[in-house]
Amino acid sequence: MKTKYLVTLCYLMGSVLAVAPLDAQATPKIKFEKYTLPNGLEVILHEDHSTPIVSVDTWYHVGSGDEQLGRTGFAHLFEHIMFMGSQNVPVGAFDQMLEAAGADNNGSTNEDRTNYYENLPSNALALALWLDADRMGFLLPTMDLAKLNLQRDVVKNERRQRVDNVPYGRADETILAALYPPSHPYSWPVIGSMADLSAASVDDVKNFFRTYYAPNNATVAIAGDFDPVAVKKLVAQYFGPIPRGPAVKRRTTVPAVVIPQDKFIVLEDKVQLPRLFYTWPTVKLYAPDDAALDILALVLANDKNSRLYKKLVYELQIAQNARAFQESGRLDGKFQVDVTPMPGQKVADIDQVVRTEIANIIDKGVSTRELQRAQNSYKASFLDRLASVLGKADQLNTYNYFAGNPDYVQQDAARYERVTAADVQRVARKYLGKPKIVLTVVPEGKKEMMLTAAAAGGAR
Amino acid sequence: MRVFHSSGALGVLALSVIQSTAFAQGTFDRTKPPELGPPPRVALPPIVTRELPNGLKLMIVEQHELPLADFVLLVGSGSTTDPTSKTGVANLTSAMLREGTATRKSLEIADQIAFLGINLSPSSSWESSTLSLHTPTAQLDSALALFSDVALHPSFPANEFERIRKSRLTDLIRLKDQGPAIANLAFPAIIYGSGHPYGAATLGTEASVKSLSVADLQNYYQANFKPNNATLIIVGDVSPSQIEQKINAVFGGWQRGDVSPLTYADPPKAGTTTIYLIDKPGAAQSSFRIGAVGVPRSTKDYFALSVMNTILGGSFSSRLNQNLRETKGYTYGANTRFDMRRAAGPFSASAEIVAAKTDSALLEFMKELNGIRQTVPPTELSRAKRFLQLQLPGNFETTQDIAFQLVPVALYGLPLDYYNNYVQNIEAVTQADVARVAQQYINTGSLAVVIVGDRKSIEPGLKAINVAPIVIRDMSGQPIP
Repeated sequence: MKTKYLVTLCYLMGSVLAVAPLDAQATPKIKFEKYTLPNGLEVILHEDHSTPIVSVDTWYHVGSGDEQLGRTGFAHLFEHIMFMGSQNVPVGAFDQMLEAAGADNNGSTNEDRTNYYENLPSNALALALWLDADRMGFLLPTMDLAKLNLQRDVVKNERRQRVDNVPYGRADETILAALYPPSHPYSWPVIGSMADLSAASVDDVKNFFRTYYAPNNATVAIAGDFDPVAVKKLVAQYFGPIPRGPAVKRRTTVPAVVIPQDKFIVLEDKVQLPRLFYTWPTVKLYAPDDAALDILALVLANDKNSRLYKKLVYELQIAQNARAFQESGRLDGKFQVDVTPMPGQKVADIDQVVRTEIANIIDKGVSTRELQRAQNSYKASFLDRLASVLGKADQLNTYNYFAGNPDYVQQDAARYERVTAADVQRVARKYLGKPKIVLTVVPEGKKEMMLTAAAAGGAR
Repeated sequence: MRVFHSSGALGVLALSVIQSTAFAQGTFDRTKPPELGPPPRVALPPIVTRELPNGLKLMIVEQHELPLADFVLLVGSGSTTDPTSKTGVANLTSAMLREGTATRKSLEIADQIAFLGINLSPSSSWESSTLSLHTPTAQLDSALALFSDVALHPSFPANEFERIRKSRLTDLIRLKDQGPAIANLAFPAIIYGSGHPYGAATLGTEASVKSLSVADLQNYYQANFKPNNATLIIVGDVSPSQIEQKINAVFGGWQRGDVSPLTYADPPKAGTTTIYLIDKPGAAQSSFRIGAVGVPRSTKDYFALSVMNTILGGSFSSRLNQNLRETKGYTYGANTRFDMRRAAGPFSASAEIVAAKTDSALLEFMKELNGIRQTVPPTELSRAKRFLQLQLPGNFETTQDIAFQLVPVALYGLPLDYYNNYVQNIEAVTQADVARVAQQYINTGSLAVVIVGDRKSIEPGLKAINVAPIVIRDMSGQPIP
C-alpha cells in the first residue's frame, strides 16, 4: 500500500513503518487519552500491554513546506542535527544509550511534519523521554558549526543515494518545479538542493529551532506497555519545565495551481529505458475527493486487473510497469501516473493507451467489482496499521495533526466505504480530464525520445 | 493479548550501561540519564509443531491480538539447485506460481487476492522458496483455498511464462542503471566464482533466461515442491487443532517424493586482497562491497560473530558507521554483515561513498576491518550485547514479525527453544571470543574489494593509496576480454 504522504526522508537508511494490505472486518477504534501541558505540549497516550515494548513518537509541526527559497532541504537537515546530542547528551551518546537499552530509533521529514521515534523495551521508556526532552529543551547550548557541517555532508550523501545516483531519481523534483509556482511550498523537494544545503548556516539552525521546535508546536504520542500514572509524572517532569515558544504562524493556504494546457518536459538521465510521468493537480489530504482519488489510483494502475497495468503490461506487453498514486498532504495534492516502456517501445504508443484508458473511465465509469476490490484493499490496510505500537502511535499523531482529532481512524476508513462508482468517474473527469504535466525521462543524449504535444495528439 | 510464558531469561540481567543515582524523590537532576528498572520478563511464544502424514511439517504460534493470520510455506530448495546453464529457474518458478493453476487463470487469481483483501506473495532465495499469505481470519477459508491451489496446482501457462520472461529480461537490462545493484551481483560472482552456486545470479542472466522453457520450471517444481521438503509456518488468531484440520484438508493430498539433498563444492580459496573496479561512468557515489567467503549458519561461532559484527558494522553506533558517516561524513550509512546459509555465505562490508572520497573511504574501511581484530573495550562489548538481547521482544510483536523469526528455525533446523536461550548465549560471549572470531573470519590480507563507480575520477586516487592491486571487471564481475 502506498504511503499517504508525499515524500518522507529518514535519518537512517531503511524505513520501519511498513504497512502491508489485508482484512475485511470493521476497523477497530484506537483507545487513547490526550492532554496538553501548560507549555502547550500535546500528549497522546495509548496503552497496549500485549508485548513488553513501548513507542515514543514525537511530531513537530514543521516540514519542508515551511522552508524559505534558498534554504530548501533545511527541515530535513535540521532533523539530522537533532541526533547529534544536546546539553546533557554528548555527541554520539544519543544513539549509544538507546542501542544499549535495546531501542530502535529514527526520524523522518516530509513536506508537512517532522517526526522522531524510539521503539524500546518498556523498562527503558524513561530514557527515551529524557533524551527527547533534552533535545526539545536544550539543543542549542551545544550546537555548533562542526555538527552542522558533519550532518550537511551526511545529508548530501543521502541526496546522492536517493536522488542523484538513482535512475529516474531527479524526476520528482523536476515535476514539482513544473507543476507548482515557485512560491508554492511543495514546489521544491524535501531533500533540498545541494546549493541550498551548502548555504545553511548555524544561525539558520538556531532560528529554525527557536521558531518551530517549541513544546507548543509538538505532539508526543506514547503507545504500548506502560503505566499511565507513572508516564504522566515523567512527562511532566521532563517536558514540563521547557518554556513555551512564540506562537507558530504557519501557512494555511497555497497559491492556486494553474496549468492552462498540457506541458511536455524532458529530463536526461543515466537510464537504459525512458519513463513517462503524468501529473495532475488535485486536492489535499482528507478533502472530499481525496479518498475517491485514492480508489481511482488503484483502479487505474495497481494489480494485473487495473486498467493501465492490464492493457499496457499484461495484454499488449509494451510496458514493464505502470503505477498510479494520489499523493496528498496538509495543503495540497497531486495525482501521478508513471509508465516504463519495454525496450524498443515508443512513448507515443504508451501515451495513446494511457489517454484511451483514462477517457474510458471518464466516459463509461468503473465496474462494481473494480470498486469493491479497491475498497476491500483499503479496508484490509486499516487493520494492519494497528498491528504494532509504533504504527498506532503514528496513526494517532497523523489524525491529531491532519484531521485535528486523534480519534479519526473509523472516519478515515469510512471515507473509502462511502466512495461510489459515480464518484470515481466524477473525480477522473474533474481532475484527470484537465491539463497536466508530462515528463519523459530519457537516456542521456536522446531527447528525441520524449513525448511531445504533437505525438500526444495535440495539447489539451 | 499476546501471552509470553516467562522463562525469566531477560529479567535477571542487570543493565550496566545506564546508571544514575540522581533520579529521586520529586526533584531530579537533568544532567543524569534516568536509572532504568530491570528489562521486562519475557519469553517467546510457544511453538506448536505437527506433521501431516505426507511429511509436511507445521509450526504454529497463537497470537490473538488482531483477527489476522500469517502463513509461510517454506520449501527447502532455491536457486542453489539451478543447473549452471539454467540460472534463474527457481526464481522464475516462484514468480509463476500466481500465473495460473489447474482451475484458476492469472487474472482470476489477482482478482481474488484484491477482492479478499489479502497478500499472497511468492519469493525465492538461495536455499528456499516461499509462498506467504497474510489474511484477515474472516477470510480464512477462502484465503487458504487460494493459497493451497497456487502452491500445489500451478499450471505454468506458456503465454504467461513468455510475458514473465520478457519482464525478467527487461529487469536485467534495468539493473545496469543501478550501481548498488551491480555491486550486489558482482561481489558474490567474484568471491565464489562460477563453479559455486552462491556465485550465480538468482535472477539468472540474459542468456540463461532466454534459454529456459516451461518444462524447466515444471521439472524444478516437481523435483522440489514436496511436502517432506517443506514447513508451513502459521502465526495468528488461530488454534492449533482447528488450523491443523483446515491445513490437512487443503494440503493433505500433496504427494510426498524424494528430493535430492543439497551438496556444494567448496568455494575457491581467497587470493590476496584485490580491488575489483567496475566502471559506472558519472556515478555520484561509489558502491563498496568488501569481503570474503564467511561461515555457514551452523557455525558454533554464531553468537560471537553476532556480537563482533554488531560492534564492527551491525548497528548505528558501530565502528564502521560511526567512522564513515558520523565522523567523516562520506556516506549516508555503512554496515557489515555475515550472510549465513547452509554453506558458508559471504561476509561483506558495504557503503555508498561520495565519489570524491573513494580512496579515503577505502583506508577507513581497512582501518576498521583491521581494528576489530584487537581486543574490544568492555563498554563496547556490553553495549553490543544489550542491543542484541534487549531488541528481542520487539522482534516478536506482530504476526508477520513472528513468522519471519520462525523462518531460520525451520530452514536451518534450529532448536525450538532457540530464542528462549538467545539471551544467555549472547551473554556468554567474551572479549576473547570477539577477538578470536574477528581474527579467524576477517582477514584483511585476502579480501575482495568490489567498487562500482566512475573509474575516470576514482582510479587515480585508488592507485595512489596503494592498498591493493586494481583489476578492472565488467558489470557482472567478470574479467574484460
